[in-house]
Amino acid sequence: MVDAEDQVIVGLEVHCQLDTQSKLFCGCSTDYRSDGANTHVCPICLGLPGAMPALNRKAIQYAMRVAKALNCEVLEESEFSRKNYFYPDLDKAYQITQYDKPLAEGGYLEIESDEGGEKRVRITRVHVEEDPGRLVHMGNSERGKYSLVDYNRAGIPLIEIVSEPDMRSPKEARKFLNKLRATLEYLSVFDSEKEGSLRVDANISIKGNERVEVKNITSYKGVEKALTFEVTRQKNLIRRGQRIERETRHFLEARGVTQSARSKEQEHDYRYFPEPDLRPLRVKSWVEDIVLPELPDARRERFMAEYGCSLNHARTLTGELRLANFFEQVVASDRIGLSPLASTWIADTLIGELNYRDMSLDAVDVAGFTGLIAILKAGTITDKSGVEVLRVMLDQRHKGEAIETAAGIVKRLNLAKTAGDDGVITAAIAEAISENPKALEDYKNGKAGALNFLVGQVMKKTRGKADPGELNRLLTEALASREA
Amino acid sequence: MAGQITFEPDDRYNAFLTTCRHATHGTGKLAGVAVAVKDNISTTGIETTCASKILKGYIPPYDAHVVGLLKASGAAVVGKTNMDEFGMGTTTENSAFGPTLNPCDTGRVPGGSSGGSAAAVAAGMVRMALGTDTGGSIRCPAAFCGIVGLKPTYGRVSRFGLIAYANSLEQIGPMGKTVTDVSDLMGVIAGYDRHDSTSRDKPYSHSPSAEIRGLRIGIPQEYFGAGVDAGVAGAVKAAIGKLEELGAVTVPCSIPSMEYALAAYYVTCTCEASSNLARFDGVRYGPAADTKKSWHDAYQEVRRDGFGAEVRRRIMLGTFALSSGYYGKYYAKAQVARENVRADFSRIFADVDVIAGPTMPTIAFRLKEKSDPLSMYLADILTVPANLAGIPAISVPCGRSEGMPVGLQIMGRPNEDERVIDVAFAYEQAVN
Repeated sequence: MVDAEDQVIVGLEVHCQLDTQSKLFCGCSTDYRSDGANTHVCPICLGLPGAMPALNRKAIQYAMRVAKALNCEVLEESEFSRKNYFYPDLDKAYQITQYDKPLAEGGYLEIESDEGGEKRVRITRVHVEEDPGRLVHMGNSERGKYSLVDYNRAGIPLIEIVSEPDMRSPKEARKFLNKLRATLEYLSVFDSEKEGSLRVDANISIKGNERVEVKNITSYKGVEKALTFEVTRQKNLIRRGQRIERETRHFLEARGVTQSARSKEQEHDYRYFPEPDLRPLRVKSWVEDIVLPELPDARRERFMAEYGCSLNHARTLTGELRLANFFEQVVASDRIGLSPLASTWIADTLIGELNYRDMSLDAVDVAGFTGLIAILKAGTITDKSGVEVLRVMLDQRHKGEAIETAAGIVKRLNLAKTAGDDGVITAAIAEAISENPKALEDYKNGKAGALNFLVGQVMKKTRGKADPGELNRLLTEALASREA
Repeated sequence: MAGQITFEPDDRYNAFLTTCRHATHGTGKLAGVAVAVKDNISTTGIETTCASKILKGYIPPYDAHVVGLLKASGAAVVGKTNMDEFGMGTTTENSAFGPTLNPCDTGRVPGGSSGGSAAAVAAGMVRMALGTDTGGSIRCPAAFCGIVGLKPTYGRVSRFGLIAYANSLEQIGPMGKTVTDVSDLMGVIAGYDRHDSTSRDKPYSHSPSAEIRGLRIGIPQEYFGAGVDAGVAGAVKAAIGKLEELGAVTVPCSIPSMEYALAAYYVTCTCEASSNLARFDGVRYGPAADTKKSWHDAYQEVRRDGFGAEVRRRIMLGTFALSSGYYGKYYAKAQVARENVRADFSRIFADVDVIAGPTMPTIAFRLKEKSDPLSMYLADILTVPANLAGIPAISVPCGRSEGMPVGLQIMGRPNEDERVIDVAFAYEQAVN
């Protein structure tokens, strides 16, 4: 593909917290989110005078899994370096990271391109580093009276994954990020649901112009938003004949805009040098022992082959570990029977309902949802009622109310399809016809729309319980008898 | 028997920054022995300042690994000794809390940076003490005060809890009146510590032996060249003669890389120091800035007022040397020079068992004699090679010059701390 004149070029630097039990250089627990400030700290992660780092082997093993899954080459010898800068959240005034000898280099990740096919985004490097602490500003960060520092996060292991500038749109960047997230989750090294577990810096340029670094992106959606904003901003500048400055900008998530960082912040000289308290890492031989689990691409292919999922459904379902696992749990009892309905209902309906409520899939009860799919398969409720049942189930979870089974909800709300002979549909048809003489007239005159209109009226009266096929049959019969 | 000792020394030399009047002790090899600890080694509940204003009031919540080992051996930690601020100096005059005086002549410095520990031992206030040696900081004051001090092989003693000045160079080591005391203390503090990734699994359980017949001793010409006082050189040559009498064989040798050793040392230690000392910002411990200014201005204030002149000088030198565009010119080059020093030692040690020479080129300076930093740096020339190469080196008293003690330095192969102890012991036994 030849790049167009105004081609967008995007490269990402992704920082993810590795989901280890303890921190990168000490034994403190990483499970700090529900606890008070500065409760998961020790002399090491507080950077107290005299404390020394001792490397967490597990973190390196996790990072190597990632390196292998991203097809990277693990270096014969890598080393940790100090990145020196002053900031109140950085207790040692340097971050232990990797600089010129990272853990691994030169891999790739396949994503769905904007043109629809698969494309490879090259991975420049993968390295391990420690998270700094966290500042809590009292009021505005510029004008607030003071800031508090919480070192619970200090020393959490991070993996930094740097891509080549191989993405061609904000959407591709989002896809890369989603694929990366899925891959890390499949490897059991990352939990995307933990707040603040992901941070992204993006480099973006319009072909032939200077590139801009956008820092401080902390969500998956944020990446696409920030980059879309930048594309517009940069293209507007070019259109007006202005030059794009090479600079660092911050993404302000709440406002959805990027803002130039103060020039002072760009003049950092980090004075990197090898961390003298850690020995060089020689772990290349560990690579052979790593057995990778099934990764998203393989699982997508399997979902298509084994469950007959469509490409789109398979892609959606395997795009998140939780979703894929959920799907397989739902259909476990009856693979052949439940798969078609389950894939549609999860990929098309459930995700939307969850997003609407800002709920996590973790809140959905597998048994409850499976019950709903089984009822839908038995055909005793309509799709419309199915959606209603699902909403009730999710709302009950969301609000922490007592949980009902799908069958219970169907019964309580009297959602079972109305059979033709119980009179409800017949009565509703009779009502609908007598209330809409014009429609009857139109029908008699052969207007096709009239029948559909009447179907809608009857559906309204039966609150969607009428089986569409059955309703059609009864309505046609009723109309025929009127004609006679 | 575990118990308590009362420690009320007559500290006329300002050797101690903190003393523990009632010090408890346990049982074990060093049961009841009073041990002084240099003030850059963390001690739970006892103020640890590195002789710097910036750490005034800092009471560590944890013990350095070696302090834990000391306590486990039954020793009583009786106080924290004076030093050059953060270990940066050769005289102990760079202490924020006043200089330590040399017990042999109070008009002179005790050497540094572990001057407080050396003076405390020399004056008989304690039997033994812990010092730290980054470029000679144990051996120099041992030589100047007439006591024994060992800089162990890099990695044999855990540095966990040692407030870092130059991580890749420094070691905690034992100081005492006799080689046996030093050996005993080494036996307590050496060994692997999982908290120090650079520590080695080489415990020390050795009783000094005076048998050195057939031992080959390298005598590097650089250790008797220009800048080494005749009186010092004479005392050391006489001591080496004594070792020959005991059956050792001397072999002349040369360490050409010494030409760059001092430069490599000062570049490395200032670079590491500039990073190590950056954490002293007044946020978590030490005096905070009483200011309404923004954080970076407050940091500047704390660091300007909290650090002494020599510390500020070394931080600035190191910051400059690590700056973008200068790394290759300074830090990277220094590491090459360091490799050359290692290679020279390794070549020499293929032929000889130990290397001997003076510890310091002169006797102890008079107070305030070394007023310009460069002439003070030059005094480290004979001690820094062992730190650059990570090899063990001991200083043992060998007579006097102008009435002041002179130190004989014995350097050995990596992990052969036992052998340098033996040579020092043989000499000590022969002359006493």
